Amino acid sequence: MDPMDPMDTPTQTADAPPRTLRPSPAEQKRAARGATRPGDRIFLGLSRGSGILLLVIMAAIAVFLTYRAALALSKDDANFLTAFEWNTGLVPPKFGIAVLAFGTVVSSIIAMVIAVPIAVAIALFLTHYAPRRLSGPIAYVIDLLAAVPSIVYGLWGALILVPHMNGLFGWLDDYLGWTGVFSWDQGPPRSMLTVGVLLAIMILPIITNVSREVFRQVPRTHEEAALALGATRWEVVRMAVLPFGRSGVISASMLGLGRALGETMAVATVLSPDFDLHASLLNSGGGTFAQNIASKFSEATEFGRDALIASGLVLFVITLLVNGAARAIIARRKEYSGAHA
Amino acid sequence: MAKRIDVSGLTAYYGSHKAIEDISMTIEPRTVTAFIGPSGCGKSTFLRTLNRMHEVTPGGRVEGKVLLDDEDLYGAGVDPVSVRREIGMVFQRPNPFPTMSIFDNVAAGLRLNGMHKKSELQDVVEKSLRGANLWNEVKDRLNKPGAGLSGGQQQRLCIARAIAVEPKVLLMDEPCSALDPISTLAIEDLIGELKERFTIVIVTHNMQQAARVSDRTAFFNLAGVGQPGRLVEIDDTERIFSNPSVQATEDYISGRFG
Repeated sequence: MDPMDPMDTPTQTADAPPRTLRPSPAEQKRAARGATRPGDRIFLGLSRGSGILLLVIMAAIAVFLTYRAALALSKDDANFLTAFEWNTGLVPPKFGIAVLAFGTVVSSIIAMVIAVPIAVAIALFLTHYAPRRLSGPIAYVIDLLAAVPSIVYGLWGALILVPHMNGLFGWLDDYLGWTGVFSWDQGPPRSMLTVGVLLAIMILPIITNVSREVFRQVPRTHEEAALALGATRWEVVRMAVLPFGRSGVISASMLGLGRALGETMAVATVLSPDFDLHASLLNSGGGTFAQNIASKFSEATEFGRDALIASGLVLFVITLLVNGAARAIIARRKEYSGAHA
Repeated sequence: MAKRIDVSGLTAYYGSHKAIEDISMTIEPRTVTAFIGPSGCGKSTFLRTLNRMHEVTPGGRVEGKVLLDDEDLYGAGVDPVSVRREIGMVFQRPNPFPTMSIFDNVAAGLRLNGMHKKSELQDVVEKSLRGANLWNEVKDRLNKPGAGLSGGQQQRLCIARAIAVEPKVLLMDEPCSALDPISTLAIEDLIGELKERFTIVIVTHNMQQAARVSDRTAFFNLAGVGQPGRLVEIDDTERIFSNPSVQATEDYISGRFG
């Protein structure tokens, strides 16, 4: 809207003559926020209170994690960031998160690499290719997938997925084993790759659903603009749908990534953890923050819990960094986002 | 380059609803033909049948013939995508691609046609923007988003995008209805220039606009409530506005209804 247009600034009363009913400055301030009537005031209080509560909860979590973590870290005899061991019972205790950080990041990256393209493809199919009577039921099934509890995924992963990974692992070892990343010692396939595949299945529904919502909101006029230029269906998707949905797909992926980073039971059920760094994604071993906390927490001493909380703090920081990065990516091309078109 | 359109017995449906019925007309090359008529009379629907955009609406289908010179656009084996590459369209609301720069907006159709060399693209983009009387306003900010322009500029950007691919025909669906009078004037002047090169068909609600810009005018009307729209008559614009041969046309133009 044109900022110079006098019609757009009806609240400007700077040079209006003083009136007898002129509201007091405090009233004017309230009026500017739209909170003069009781209903408005209650709603303002509620919404502002909710906002503040959220910040307080975040701060409380951060303070709790930092305090308990500090207790443990002050006694850690190993380098917390680089040590390949977790022995909180020793005197002095030695524990470090290197393996956990590596495992968490690697399994999440595998999950994202598998899930994001498939989810975007499913979302595009549902919104732009599938006949309407097909897209409804498929979307419903995907919603159901999102509602399955993660322990069920974990059981399915351990009982069905793990034995079936043998074939894939053998194939990868045969053809890509020379890279080191895909070499396999023929051990049980309870490894990072299996965890990544399972996580991919788990985060697929959320990424698909959010992407589908975004693609559905692509303005019809943008698609018609592309069609009228003689674009094929795929070209319409490429010219109008994907660019418009880009920031939404990134947000969707971040939601999925958040779930993958923090997934606990499914990983704990499938993985055979250890505290070594494995270059190969196929050999069993490794661990993630959440899996490690879940496996050790119930039997840990008070100090052991503090150490686990310290690892939780690192996961918290990683999640914050990932979200910040995603926001930065979205903001960088904001003027092209189409939000104001 | 500009081509003649010959429509015969064209009927269009939305699902089971018949929107327009049995329309026949000839649209001469290098002229401006205006479609006027009350809201809902099917003039936009008819326009969209001319580049096979009607059928992208769910349930949309068409019977009848549309000949572009001698080729039937609805013939067996005709690809609607290639039809739309020959017949460009400008919409009611300016719709530049919001994620693309001004340059990329104009280049979008060219890239679809396989032109990728930067120097070639630059030439055609400049020519098209000049053709749309927009070059001087945007030449210093070709890399800025097209959505940052004013409404009138956006609409001229859309015209530049449409003419960049050298269509045979340019369809305009109420191109000025979302614009202020100054921008409207700019587009009307532009239409006058473009008709030297293209066959232009314009749908408008503004009868003065039809009188100002068009050579031929077609009047559409509904036979009654719930009835499909029909072509009442098509004639030289001068004649339609001074001495139309059908009484309904005169009533509409003189403001007695609609």
